[in-house]
Amino acid sequence: MPDIADKPHDDAPVSTWKDATAIDMATMKAIEDRGDSLTGWAVTINRTASDLYAWWRHFPNLADVMENVERIDLLDDRRSHWVVKAPGGTTVEWDAIVTDERDGEMIAWASAEDADIANSGRVTFRDAGARGTIVTATILYDPPAGMIGKLVAKLFQREPNIQVRRDLARFKQLMETGEVATNAMNPKQREEQDA
Amino acid sequence: MKALTWHGKHDVRIDNVDDPGILNPRDAIIKVTATAICGSDLHLYDGYIPTMQSGDILGHEFMGEVVETGSASTLKKGQKVVVPFTIACGSCYHCGKHQYSGCENGNPADNQDIARELYGHPMSALFGYSHMTGGYAGGQAEYVRVPFSDTGPIVIPDGVDDEKVLFLSDILPTGWMAAENAQIEPGDTVAVWGCGPVGLFAVQSAFLMGAERVIAIDHFPHRLELARKFGAETINFEQTATYDALMQMTGGIGPDAVIDSVGLEAHGMFVDNVVDQIKASTFLGTDRIHAIRQAILACRKGGRVSMPAVYGGFVDKFPLGAVMQKGLTLKTGQTHVQHYLPGLLDAIMEGKIDTTFLISHRMPLEQAPEGYRMFHDQQNEVTKIVLKPGQ
Repeated sequence: MPDIADKPHDDAPVSTWKDATAIDMATMKAIEDRGDSLTGWAVTINRTASDLYAWWRHFPNLADVMENVERIDLLDDRRSHWVVKAPGGTTVEWDAIVTDERDGEMIAWASAEDADIANSGRVTFRDAGARGTIVTATILYDPPAGMIGKLVAKLFQREPNIQVRRDLARFKQLMETGEVATNAMNPKQREEQDA
Repeated sequence: MKALTWHGKHDVRIDNVDDPGILNPRDAIIKVTATAICGSDLHLYDGYIPTMQSGDILGHEFMGEVVETGSASTLKKGQKVVVPFTIACGSCYHCGKHQYSGCENGNPADNQDIARELYGHPMSALFGYSHMTGGYAGGQAEYVRVPFSDTGPIVIPDGVDDEKVLFLSDILPTGWMAAENAQIEPGDTVAVWGCGPVGLFAVQSAFLMGAERVIAIDHFPHRLELARKFGAETINFEQTATYDALMQMTGGIGPDAVIDSVGLEAHGMFVDNVVDQIKASTFLGTDRIHAIRQAILACRKGGRVSMPAVYGGFVDKFPLGAVMQKGLTLKTGQTHVQHYLPGLLDAIMEGKIDTTFLISHRMPLEQAPEGYRMFHDQQNEVTKIVLKPGQ
């Protein structure tokens, strides 16, 4: 294992590091170890951190902005069950557990054992003054092989952070405008797009 | 409903398509009463703009009557509105700064990746202008779904003729912003490349903003004649050594500000342009940029370069050295239409700006494919085609 202490100081977010010490740094400081693929993105949203945190913390809401997430059921205050669409009309599922949180500032989670796709991460809400709040998501995941691997590839598109970018873009749209943008002409066309 | 749809290079058709309907709370449905073919529609027609799909409905200059509203729309049925070609939410950081064409929320998330790759940031959404800019159906149709109808469309007073206000949707604010980006000071000489609608409105706007002289450059005699009517001096670039003429006309100093309203399909038999054309046709470069090169070379030291013209991709032999060595300021961008609408509507109502002179042809929507062909082939005579659905 590389020695993180040897790495010179660098302010770049850990998910943008090119070397393997990024995973060690992420799992040492912030995120439970659930894989070896690290990705992240950030958006600025013109709302208060407490508003955004409160909406996110009610996890079932996230199905409205996360593509492919069919539903999220609350099991208790810290545990939720995620059901995600997979190829061939099937689903993949996992339980997510809140591993750390600071009210209005940060939520960290990790998947429970036996998850179809092991994953962990954290989302932070940082006050950006007149611009609103900077929301940063950092995600660690373990890409599986086979059918589910194909799903993960689809989830994360060509580049791993594309899916995170899209989900955060929809979160921003909903929080700032009250709706998620669609270019469909009418309800029928939107159903066809979603299918 | 009937709509003008794109099927490939030089192939646009009138198709029967499903009517639009309300999807989001802030939507409205507009019954189009007038819509124009824009010079930038010709870039789509000529196949220069990537991410078009067969069946896409074109048109981003349109106005009409409100026929249906979502629960959060502020419009009322029966109102006459002009719709900005840029789709802006009014709520994000960029909209808050009135940089509406930087709006981050109108472009669906799935369509943002392409421009992220190409430009570093997603584009705002536009009506009827490829999937990179949202994939929204355009206004050369009988009906249009208009998102964020509480922010974009401007309500027109009763009894005002469509033709007086239609160009608020794009080309009038675009010409105005071009002149504003030229940061005109009293006594300035402004040179405008391209006397299409945007260039002609830029000529008018430059005088209103205090330019002492405006020099308009084109090769279509009819268009140069229109520029002369607004008080511009003119240069026909086919018959003139344009750079030399500009130097002599400005006493060797060069124009204080230059405006490129030509864009990525610049005409003319110049060596660099022919090379560009070969590169564009072989995809080694995408844009032909003779006009902007010449504008940059002619602009005086410390002058301003305003670029309302549309560019889509990469250019070769861009005179970046001239920009640096002469200390030029370059300002450009898609138009922040919403920002300019109230002031420009007032200027029209007060008679300070007239836009109707531009319209050379009127036709029903059904004849739109013929309109595209005419606009493409006869740019001297055809200055602007207005389509009137339902007539």
